[in-house]
Amino acid sequence: MGSRASSLLREEEIEEIKKETGFSHSQITRLYSRFTSLDKGENGTLGREDFQRIPELAINPLGDRIINAFFPEGEDQVNFRGFMRTLAHFRPIEDNEKNKDPTASEPLNSRINKLLFAFQLYDLDRDDKISRDELLQVLRMMVGVNISDEQLGSIADRTIQEADQNGDNSISFNEFIKVLEKVDVEQKMSIRFLH
Amino acid sequence: MENSLKQRRGLQVWFSVMIGLIMIPAMFGLSLGVTSVYIQILVKILEWSTLRIQRGHRDRPTLPVPAPLPNGLIQREGGSMEHEMGELRRYRTQSISRGEFALSDSFYFYRKGLESIVDDQVTQRFSSEELVSWNLLTRTNHNFHYISLRLTVIWGLGVIIRYCVLFPLRITLAIIGLSWLVIGTSLVGFLPNRRVKNWLSELVHLMCYRICARGLSATIQYHNKNNKPQKGGICVANHTSPIDIVILANDGCYAMVGQSHSGLMGVIQRSMVRSCPHVWFERSEMRDRHAVTSRLRAHVAAKSNLPILIFPEGTCINNTSVMMFKKGSFEIGGTIYPVAIKYDPRFGDAFWNSAKYNMVSYLLRMMTSWAIVVNVWYLPPMTRQEGEDATKFANRVKSAIAHQGGLLDMAWDGSLKRDKVKEEFKEHQQKMYSSMVVGKKARTSQEPHTESTKR
Repeated sequence: MGSRASSLLREEEIEEIKKETGFSHSQITRLYSRFTSLDKGENGTLGREDFQRIPELAINPLGDRIINAFFPEGEDQVNFRGFMRTLAHFRPIEDNEKNKDPTASEPLNSRINKLLFAFQLYDLDRDDKISRDELLQVLRMMVGVNISDEQLGSIADRTIQEADQNGDNSISFNEFIKVLEKVDVEQKMSIRFLH
Repeated sequence: MENSLKQRRGLQVWFSVMIGLIMIPAMFGLSLGVTSVYIQILVKILEWSTLRIQRGHRDRPTLPVPAPLPNGLIQREGGSMEHEMGELRRYRTQSISRGEFALSDSFYFYRKGLESIVDDQVTQRFSSEELVSWNLLTRTNHNFHYISLRLTVIWGLGVIIRYCVLFPLRITLAIIGLSWLVIGTSLVGFLPNRRVKNWLSELVHLMCYRICARGLSATIQYHNKNNKPQKGGICVANHTSPIDIVILANDGCYAMVGQSHSGLMGVIQRSMVRSCPHVWFERSEMRDRHAVTSRLRAHVAAKSNLPILIFPEGTCINNTSVMMFKKGSFEIGGTIYPVAIKYDPRFGDAFWNSAKYNMVSYLLRMMTSWAIVVNVWYLPPMTRQEGEDATKFANRVKSAIAHQGGLLDMAWDGSLKRDKVKEEFKEHQQKMYSSMVVGKKARTSQEPHTESTKR
């Protein structure tokens, strides 16, 4: 009478994921169901085409960047641990976590890590800087064909000018944090998971 | 030796009596009331098992069995793109109407994207609905683990009853029903007289479908029979499984529309046409939309023809929502009679997941379910209004059906089951976002991107 889905997820694994990501037991089991339903090949991992099969994601202008975030450098399959690790960035920050011990390692869904996640979505070549080209590419993804090259170029220039402090014509992570310090990242980069 | 012969003879007699008892009332549309008693007993047993499962959960809280959430895993933020962007940009001095880009704009897309990865509205429509409590069928068992001995025993009994008692009965009935359809319609086809022929053909069709419905232990409740589709009209309904046809045809005669098949289906189709006109298309004809529309139009125009039965979604959906209606059916003209069909998932999962199961295994699953309990609502007829185009009309009918059946009204295309989503939707999002970047007031020349647009 056991089901196929949750029988493949052992208790120890659930505990490990709980520690690493902070999701509750029931959330992890449900997300595992979701993972298996996306895994059409039934081999325990998701490939890029599994994500692209979701229509709402396929029409998202930044869909490809988001899908990319799930796959570590050079790989094109992601297992459930990796899946959860990426999703953990969007877990809301709970009140009791805000006053945690500062020496403990940063939880995946802290403000800094959320901003790092967003930064890495701009930083296409993963060299820890957002160059003008990279910014242009992401902008082009978002606006499609509706804005001319010149206009987009000037928008990118203005953005870098605003953020750049050390004059290297690119945005580093610290500069990125500074520009967005007034944005309510905790709320905007969080998904409210139901228990 | 003699005993076993006697036993076999006895079994055969008993079997034939059962068949006769089920078939003959079915043919005349009467009911002995056995099915309703059966359903009531089933409901009691299922409720008991639900209580046992709930109690099992309470007694053993460490059991990792979360109940499926009816509204999805997450609570979505409902804001529009404009609203969300406005909130994101609040820290800047410029407002949305002045345009300009902010690094935080992408947050909106990231969150929407991740929400859809966790829980999207579309892909879940193409797999069976998850039940809130188990209905003692292994196939619907997603999260339920071993609870108690008593439950397992009941489940075991259920298996025996379903496979050894109900299944042979149902198969026999189905075979009888289909053979009767073929024989009966062919016989009627020989008659020359118009009125008698039509009347007899309707009788034959009805009898056959009633037998088939009994063959599935189907309990159908029809509502608002005064709105039943009339001759020369078009009946549209939401599509969940091939059994929909049997369900609807139990209460009236329809002209079927579909692709002509070979083999057994072809035999059935050809014999049906002999007694009254149905519309079967060759595969090549299906691609030519004009040919299809004109043939259907011709059929509808002959006011004495039976109403056509069309499923505008084009594919089977899992009965929790109604997906986009293809506008072809709504361009034919004539009166549309919408019908809403809702299956009760407690007794058996009627959805045909054509990606996972082929027709034969699907029918076998149907015949080994507990029963099929269905509500059919006939909605008041609708016609296309002045100045309304086919798409708007289709959406209007779709909303009415979704509303009546308690289903979600979705704009997504059912063909997403197999095909990729159209690029246009992404382009639409990009366009919306672009208008926020350049600002509404800025009407300076916007030359399109120099690369050729993809078409």
